[in-house]
Amino acid sequence: MHRQLPKLRTAALLAAVTLLAAACGGGGGDEPAQQPAGGATSAASGGSLTIWADEVRSKSLSPLAKKFGEDNGVTVSLQSIPGDKLQAQFVTASQAGKAPDLVLGAHDWIGNLVQNGAIDPVQLTSEQSAGFNPLAIKGVTFDGQVYGIPYAVENLALFRNTELAPEAPATIDEMLKAGKALVAAGKTQEAVAWPSGPTGNPYHAYPFYTAGGGYLFGTTGDGDYDPKDLGLSKPEGQAAMANFAKYGEKGQGLFKRSITVDNDTALFTGKKTAFMVDGPWRVADLDKSGVKYDVSPVPGFTAGTPAKPFVGVQSMYVASKGKNKAVAQEFATNFFATEEVAVALYKADPRPPALTAALEAVATDSPTLQKFLDAGKDGDILPAIPEMATVWDPWGKAEAAIIGGADPAGATKAAATAIERQIK
Amino acid sequence: MAHPEDLAGGGGRPRFGLTASGTVSPVGLIAKILVLGVVAAIAVWGAFPLIDQERWLLLAILVAVTVLLFAVYLSPRHIPLKYLLPGTLFLIVFQIVPVIYTITTAFTNFGDAHRGSKQDAVTAVQAASVRQVPGSAQYLLTVAADGDPATGELAFLLTDPATGRSFLGTPDGLEDLSDDEVTRAANGRVTAAEGYTVLTVAQAGARSAAVSGLSVPTDSGAIKAQGLSRAFEGSPQQAYDAGCDCVRDATTGRTWTADDSVGYFVDAEGNNLAQGWKVNVGLRNFADVLTDPVIRGSFLSILLWNFAFAFGVVGLTFALGLLVAMALNSPDLRGQRIYRSLIILPYAMPAVAMLLVWRDMFNTDFGLINRLFGLDVNWFGDAWTARFAVLLVQLWLGYNYMFLVSTGALQAIPKELTEAASVDGATPAYAFRAITFPLLLVALAPLLISSFAFNFNNFSAIYLVSEGNPFPPDNPQAGATDILITYTYRLAFGGAGAEYGFAAAVSIFIFLIVAVVSILGFRRTHALEEIN
Repeated sequence: MHRQLPKLRTAALLAAVTLLAAACGGGGGDEPAQQPAGGATSAASGGSLTIWADEVRSKSLSPLAKKFGEDNGVTVSLQSIPGDKLQAQFVTASQAGKAPDLVLGAHDWIGNLVQNGAIDPVQLTSEQSAGFNPLAIKGVTFDGQVYGIPYAVENLALFRNTELAPEAPATIDEMLKAGKALVAAGKTQEAVAWPSGPTGNPYHAYPFYTAGGGYLFGTTGDGDYDPKDLGLSKPEGQAAMANFAKYGEKGQGLFKRSITVDNDTALFTGKKTAFMVDGPWRVADLDKSGVKYDVSPVPGFTAGTPAKPFVGVQSMYVASKGKNKAVAQEFATNFFATEEVAVALYKADPRPPALTAALEAVATDSPTLQKFLDAGKDGDILPAIPEMATVWDPWGKAEAAIIGGADPAGATKAAATAIERQIK
Repeated sequence: MAHPEDLAGGGGRPRFGLTASGTVSPVGLIAKILVLGVVAAIAVWGAFPLIDQERWLLLAILVAVTVLLFAVYLSPRHIPLKYLLPGTLFLIVFQIVPVIYTITTAFTNFGDAHRGSKQDAVTAVQAASVRQVPGSAQYLLTVAADGDPATGELAFLLTDPATGRSFLGTPDGLEDLSDDEVTRAANGRVTAAEGYTVLTVAQAGARSAAVSGLSVPTDSGAIKAQGLSRAFEGSPQQAYDAGCDCVRDATTGRTWTADDSVGYFVDAEGNNLAQGWKVNVGLRNFADVLTDPVIRGSFLSILLWNFAFAFGVVGLTFALGLLVAMALNSPDLRGQRIYRSLIILPYAMPAVAMLLVWRDMFNTDFGLINRLFGLDVNWFGDAWTARFAVLLVQLWLGYNYMFLVSTGALQAIPKELTEAASVDGATPAYAFRAITFPLLLVALAPLLISSFAFNFNNFSAIYLVSEGNPFPPDNPQAGATDILITYTYRLAFGGAGAEYGFAAAVSIFIFLIVAVVSILGFRRTHALEEIN
């Protein structure tokens, strides 16, 4: 009985080895399949380049990346990660040593990516920098260093239905009056769709806040945002926040917590409102709906001084811990920063290109493009400092509370205290 | 491979099966060999990355576990262990290891800016401070090798576009290249040089780390590649000095001294560099939870609502589920199956999507509920309507489950018991109260307790529907519908980036609360069983 034991062990071992071989073979065979559909498949020996982007941009960048790969004998693979998870996944992957070589994202990630040692500065030549919209370069500059290659600039503007409201309003009051007249006439249901939502939306509220004289962070001597100078705790900030009560649900009714970024576009395309404050990422939906619209700067309280929106910059970053940094830098600084790429990205997702040449190339197709840039030309760069993360939530809550009728001074003070305690 | 039957066959059957009697079926033997083969394959597959990353301890554990598995299943002895081992291993991997990881994390400052080691932080500080030397040239670069493209020593062939002069850059320094040694493209970039092989992008890419690592020393810094077609003269502005354990800025002379209690480089005024590292902070996270004025001020009300929410959801879903189950349990009912299928339908839909749909249905101006009933209620604007709304959503999402399990339990109760009671003259209500319900509870109590534990931490039920709204105007951090898990999520991840250490400390507190409640619940169940 026991004599047969070794034989059986041998059989088990043999089976194990066979399976192992199968598993390894299988694993090896899986690898090309794991390269996403967008990846170039040229038999490359020059290593591989991995790029992370959100769903829309990975699709639009894919053919270009493929071309770069084929021209240079490098395997380029694009991985699509949901936009709201991209930053966190990138930071986690960097820490785990599994970072991609390049990543596409908004410029306000820079502070967090730098404090986690996830991205490297890029050195642009002076003529390269000169080719970009100066606001875009300002956006990707952090602590005196350029960290990203910008490709799109975006900011809020006022969309208006030109059939219902042929003239762009010069002031907030004018807009509200026109909007209310349309509601009274039964043509629309809402005067203005300016999203706030139940927890507030500081990004959309910012132009209104600045129009009222408020500021978010002061600036240091060299023009960077100073987290120690918080405008919300200053009299100007409190006065600006008090406007949300005046124009809130118990006041003029400009802001309503029921209007959110999830339903404002439907209101506008359904012709239930004539005015909407939102950004260029809505253009594709609006064009699809067939509503006749125009774009103008978000108005302020007095004619001629429009409100200042946040200006955001979409850009490409070179990962500190990427495996193929030399090629990644080559891709970012000498291939990605070209007109051809910027135009292709614009066609996939119509946000104004950061590269001046690309903007000029596409401006003739889209008359609204320049209008977005005009709406943002006096805007404030969205702060990229890590401290900005502490601002959104308390500030939004204060905004929502004041719109709902809470005491502006108390709510603003509570938000300022919460933010300052976290900044420390 | 020999057929196992040949090996196992013969006179005496060896005791290799999984059965205690020692008999073995060919199918069982094949299955065993296959499973052990997979184990071996997984072990080897897992070993290579561990060897690669030099994680010897983990490798030793891997080897030990594999050896243990083979020893136990290839030997005819250790019968009880054969049953216990898989469960124990899964328990360790999926329960104990995460718990240990959470507990150890709670004693650190792990989070944004504190993810890696001090060495990582130093590397990041230095890399982030490399700046172009003011007034220096921005060279056109050609990467070349001395001889073979794959192995030859790397060199940079550089052209200064301003002057048109070309240079050879090696780790020894910069040398002039005369015009007759090089061929240049129209923009001045070198395309060929005597004695050097110009690398293609692919060839350079294959040696990417070496290209990035090559620095050509100059008087004021070093020339580094920026990609494969440009180079710049840069120097790190900030460098780590092990002598003073500090980072010093070369231009301004400012110093930031390492502070291992917070994991930052801090200067004299208390300002820190952005890049920090992970340090052990002892009990500080726990102390923060206990001493934070906002947490102290709002903890009690949140905890009370948390209990009310969890008990409310369990009670309401169970009551409605049981009611519907009893109504549909009548054998005379026609279309019983259709009703049952319809009721279970919402349970089959993804809860996350349903939660978002419900959130929109509660919208004041555009929501279905206000429109349908002609109301103008700002559901998430008032504490009690918001609490009602989240409970209603959970009731809709959860009663189907309770219906399902109650139906099963009801059918398991022998009809004779209630029939006997009615013969004895008990009313149906009394029979239900005295017989059916206690028997149901015995069967369902564990499910009710686990449902409580789940709903106590039902993050998405709150976060996706009310987001914790409404918030008191004087406190933007603790909303009226916040439960502990959504509240701490906001504290740990809503503020200054992700703070995993703090979050881990809070989750330990939540664990303690849920554990106490569950233990009390199970004790009560035992009491029920004894009555029975």
